[in-house]
Amino acid sequence: MTKYLIQVDKLVTHYGKRKILDGVDLKIAEGEIRVIMGGSGSGKSTLLWHILGLHEATSGSINVLGKDLSQLKLNEKHKLLRNIGVSFQSGALFSSMTVGENIAFPLKEFTNLDEKTIRIISRMKLEVVNLGGFQKLMPSQLSGGMTKRAALARAIAMDPKLLFFDEPSAGLDPVVASEIDDLILKLRDAMGMTMVVVTHELDSAFKIADKITVLDKGKNLLTGTVEEVKNSKIKRVQDLLERRARHDTVDPEEYLKRLTQENYTIS
Amino acid sequence: MDVINFKKIEDGCIIYATGEIDLSNSQELRKTILAALKTNQKVYVDLSAVSYIDSSGIASLVEGLQFSKLHGKGFMLTKPSKQVKAIMELARLDKVFTIV
Repeated sequence: MTKYLIQVDKLVTHYGKRKILDGVDLKIAEGEIRVIMGGSGSGKSTLLWHILGLHEATSGSINVLGKDLSQLKLNEKHKLLRNIGVSFQSGALFSSMTVGENIAFPLKEFTNLDEKTIRIISRMKLEVVNLGGFQKLMPSQLSGGMTKRAALARAIAMDPKLLFFDEPSAGLDPVVASEIDDLILKLRDAMGMTMVVVTHELDSAFKIADKITVLDKGKNLLTGTVEEVKNSKIKRVQDLLERRARHDTVDPEEYLKRLTQENYTIS
Repeated sequence: MDVINFKKIEDGCIIYATGEIDLSNSQELRKTILAALKTNQKVYVDLSAVSYIDSSGIASLVEGLQFSKLHGKGFMLTKPSKQVKAIMELARLDKVFTIV
């Protein structure tokens, strides 16, 4: 029987009065690489933050690694998060620490491992991401691609069961982007990690995804294999794949309200 | 890890590790390896019954290797399972250990 590490049911979320996710369902199986795609403002990052338990949902449920997030106490949530790695779009490395200290940080914080063991693990992780020997550098001395790889090394420091990757190849040259994709595949194969990758990059998505979820206006427009997404007849999916601009129909009354009404918020 | 067993052989000893090696027991493996290297000329770690090893487990093996090099001892890994091999290859450690 398939084991699902993430199950999201009818998730509705708001920022203030503005609805961001509108009944999203999502099921991600153990060992799967799931790519989440969608235009800016489609709700990709919001979905990620909710799965990580960083925001409270308006309604619906989120189950991660067998735990219902809404039922967890704070210390239980912290324990759960130790099994989850996140590699942020910007890297989010601590600028006052060396690269090696950044990677050792979660191990020092959450384990009782010997100092020597922590040093070996953090350097091993740097080897995995092809940054062997770079532990003494400061984050400001790294290039964009190196920063992404260092962030990935920190995200996998604790051998997480679940890894979230926000825009792994954004802003990288095609060769470095392709290297990161290869690394994602190798990590899954060797460590059996389940991964959720948010990306705009079509080449990358098609290379790494087992399944792709396309979000649009807070809804799960389509979930399918690479082939199913490529062959989809849904216009919004085709627009995304062919990089066509959105041409939403204008509701004149709504448009006028947006321009003139005090305290206007999108519902 | 369920249990660690020892077997004395002519020129050293074999450590049999079994089950899962992770944060909860890798330090035990580390201590066992280092203790064995202090009293034996050659130490073999049999990994054939290891179903999972995490980074802290691999780090314990690396420490054993480092200790053996510093003290002129032999340190070998035997029969790593597919999962153990894959983890070692990820960090290219298969090129560093003597695997027999």
